[in-house]
Amino acid sequence: MLSFIARRLGLLIPTFFGITLLTFALIRLIPGDPVEVMMGERRVDPEMHAQAMERLGLNKPLYAQYIDYVGKLAHGDLGESLRTRTSVWSEFKSLFPATLELSIAALIFAGVFGLLAGVIAALKRGSLFDHGVMGISLAGYSMPIFWWGLILIMFFSVSLGWTPVSGRIDLLYDIEPRTGFMLIDTLFSDDEGAWLDALRHLILPSIVLGTIPLAVIARMTRSSMLEVLREDYVRTARAKGLSPARVVFVHGLRNALIPVLTVFGLQTGTLLAGAVLTETIFSWPGIGKWLIEAIGARDYPVVQNGILLIACLVILVNFVVDILYGLANPRIRHQR
Amino acid sequence: MSLLNISNLSVRFGDRNAVPVVDGLDLKVDKGEVLAIVGESGSGKSVTMMALMGLVDSPGIVTADALTFDGNDMLKLSNRQRRKVVGKDLAMIFQDPMTALNPSYTVGFQIEEVLRQHLGMNGKAARQRALELLKKVEIPAPESRLDAYPHQLSGGMSQRVAIAMAIAGEPKLLIADEPTTALDVTIQAQIMELLLSLQQEQDMALILITHDLAVVAETAQRVCVMYAGQAVEVGHVPQLFDIPAHPYSEALLAAIPEHSEGAERLATLPGIVPGRYDRPQGCLLSPRCPYVQDHCRQQRPGLDPKTHSLARCFYPLNQEVA
Amino acid sequence: MTTPTPAVAVDQSLLYPSPYKEFWQAFSKNKGAVAGLLFMLLVVFCALFAPWVAPHDPSEQFRDALLTPPSWLEGGQWQYLLGTDELGRDLLSRLIHGSRLSLLIGLSSVVMSLIPGILLGLLAGFFPRIMGPSIMRLMDVMLALPSLLLAVAIVAILGPGLINTVIAIAVVSLPSYVRLTRAAVMGELNRDYVTAARLAGASLPRLMFVTVLPNCMAPLIVQATLSFSSAILDAAALGFLGLGVQPPTPEWGTMLASARDYIERAWWVVSLPGLTILLSVLAINLMGDGLRDALDPKLKNAA
Repeated sequence: MLSFIARRLGLLIPTFFGITLLTFALIRLIPGDPVEVMMGERRVDPEMHAQAMERLGLNKPLYAQYIDYVGKLAHGDLGESLRTRTSVWSEFKSLFPATLELSIAALIFAGVFGLLAGVIAALKRGSLFDHGVMGISLAGYSMPIFWWGLILIMFFSVSLGWTPVSGRIDLLYDIEPRTGFMLIDTLFSDDEGAWLDALRHLILPSIVLGTIPLAVIARMTRSSMLEVLREDYVRTARAKGLSPARVVFVHGLRNALIPVLTVFGLQTGTLLAGAVLTETIFSWPGIGKWLIEAIGARDYPVVQNGILLIACLVILVNFVVDILYGLANPRIRHQR
Repeated sequence: MSLLNISNLSVRFGDRNAVPVVDGLDLKVDKGEVLAIVGESGSGKSVTMMALMGLVDSPGIVTADALTFDGNDMLKLSNRQRRKVVGKDLAMIFQDPMTALNPSYTVGFQIEEVLRQHLGMNGKAARQRALELLKKVEIPAPESRLDAYPHQLSGGMSQRVAIAMAIAGEPKLLIADEPTTALDVTIQAQIMELLLSLQQEQDMALILITHDLAVVAETAQRVCVMYAGQAVEVGHVPQLFDIPAHPYSEALLAAIPEHSEGAERLATLPGIVPGRYDRPQGCLLSPRCPYVQDHCRQQRPGLDPKTHSLARCFYPLNQEVA
Repeated sequence: MTTPTPAVAVDQSLLYPSPYKEFWQAFSKNKGAVAGLLFMLLVVFCALFAPWVAPHDPSEQFRDALLTPPSWLEGGQWQYLLGTDELGRDLLSRLIHGSRLSLLIGLSSVVMSLIPGILLGLLAGFFPRIMGPSIMRLMDVMLALPSLLLAVAIVAILGPGLINTVIAIAVVSLPSYVRLTRAAVMGELNRDYVTAARLAGASLPRLMFVTVLPNCMAPLIVQATLSFSSAILDAAALGFLGLGVQPPTPEWGTMLASARDYIERAWWVVSLPGLTILLSVLAINLMGDGLRDALDPKLKNAA
């Protein structure tokens, strides 16, 4: 088991360097004068320009610049936002919990309903329920989620007034950010109704964000179940006279969940992409919205290192999923 | 009273008019007997046995005049009742042992499952019995194997585990569907020997599905030859091999490489087995039979007693009394 | 005893349907796939003949008909079947012209990523030791970023607009083709017919393109269909974020960006463009599913 983890970690490192190379290259590709790009100003006077070149190390050869860049990263120096002049890292840290909370809520929504729907659809193959689930999930991942968000807002927030339109919590409440998770922090506050308010704000965005993963998980679970139910060992289990419930849940589901787990992990990527759009629609103060605003404002230090951080996040989650996969599937564990 | 009585069994996939994969099969097996079922791939050998076990799912439709095992009318049993018989008195092992075991659970778990389900055994007693079963199927180092996962076992060992699971309920009838086809030649002999010794020791009936005629000659008492979903000849071993009545049986025997006597080409029948689109109106072998008459092309013969065996032919061979 | 008469074998292969007919039979059984196909044909028709099909010019502003509701509602007019937007432009015409953009983006991005993707996949599969690892590492790095984010990053660098959107989407779809092709190629390389072709003296290009590649096409075709639909979604997302096709070009996603402010007043400006995206993507996905079912289970049902 340990060697498996070590091997997977070993694969992480070149990928990580690849990402840094990618983000480094991306910024260098921006058209225009690099000083102006990095400082966000136009027409810097020649003396300051030369000083800036010196300071930013832009007159060194490219590979030296790259080494500088990685060196800075190793020290945790991810530069400063051009707009707020605070460090990129601290901005990320403060905004990340919001995205995390939203993502976890979305995943729970997607996981619970997706698995349930998928298993039942597989068991009742060809029935109305099956077709319904398949149809809805197909629609689910065919739809532009920003539009879906707008529709839900139109319906639930504007017409029915059940949920708020934006933000994490009503401006009335002043919640101290202990963990950054609104659902936890509100428990500590004296204000009654704060927790409920936070929940109300969380519902719609997490449904919107979780819709695509829900659809994918439902489909994946269904097809995985159907495939597993066709396998020889399920036939053996039935030939052993085991009850249908046992055949399905003990023999079937256990193996069917394995590919679903991978999908679950891969959904993190979709989730982060979706977070960008969801946060924009709901004005949810997370890293997605932060990144988009930075791009629009040409805040390149944020763009560059924000992308780096998000990519590292995705790699990390995929790594954890890989490990979990190894735990679930004995065959992978014992390979080589 | 036969242990197993199959009469006019048909299995179709689709609706009532779909082409039958098993077409009016009749078969009887007595207690403690060894019956071999031979035929080409696609002749319906496996599907017959799956129908008996209740493993044919929709869109498959199973119809029969009679399908009785050990006094139970398998057609009329409720699912719950059937599950009491299947896996206990009636067991089956399949062709590919490497995929027959659940990869996510240990060997011990999968054997103990049977013990728990059918014999009500639990905990230590079940584990002990599982160990005994592994010893019975001659697995080396059985204690360590109990906690092994299927992918850690070789083909031969996996098949032994499958056999252990099958005999755990002390079955009256064991069906072995091409148990050695997927194994190495050296292992094949060992597994067959194991099956036969278990059969004799437990006095259980054995249905052996195979396309290896040599194995049939050495192990079975009676043999049923199937073609295109029908039983074309049922007879006793050595007789059927020495004096086959049905032209297809004769062709099968002639096609064995050892029988070619150094000829340049192996003896074969021209043409292929009828599929979905080209089923003959008359005898199913008529497009290919070397002895075909006009009558054969129009009417289908029944499986009737001939001199030495039951044969489905209007003009059977070797009918002189020996 | 009658003397045996030799039998004549009938060429039974003539009785079986041809592969194209069999494919169409399987595909057409899937009603959803056929519905998807029909809808897409409609969209293609609109795209090809947009200037003649659309009732109005998409950028023409009717100043006295701002935010007109769709024709079947109160206040609606038959001139503007689906209503008008905040600048008085006819929604239906804009949607029809938008189909051109979406199809164009979809098609060009798929072609732009399919060809290099297949090539790289072939190389990675045929040379697993020399080129394989480096190609796959590169793909892994590209896949480490969620596709939309990578597309956003690329567009952030190159600047907004139609062409850059296509480039970004093409780059982002590349890794999946490479992976698919490589996996399929490596699966086929072990097969006997490849060994037979090698022994018969097939040259490398011939091996790659004539022997192996055609047998890998099935999953690639399915993937291409799905890429097409996600290209449309990604282009719309980029448009919505203001990073893709810029207004006043009537790209469906871009139309939604400006519609945001009118949720309360004019729901049709919000709902209809998104609905069009949904229906188009749904249709393509249905087709893709049908394709997959028709192409693949020939292998699965072979019993």
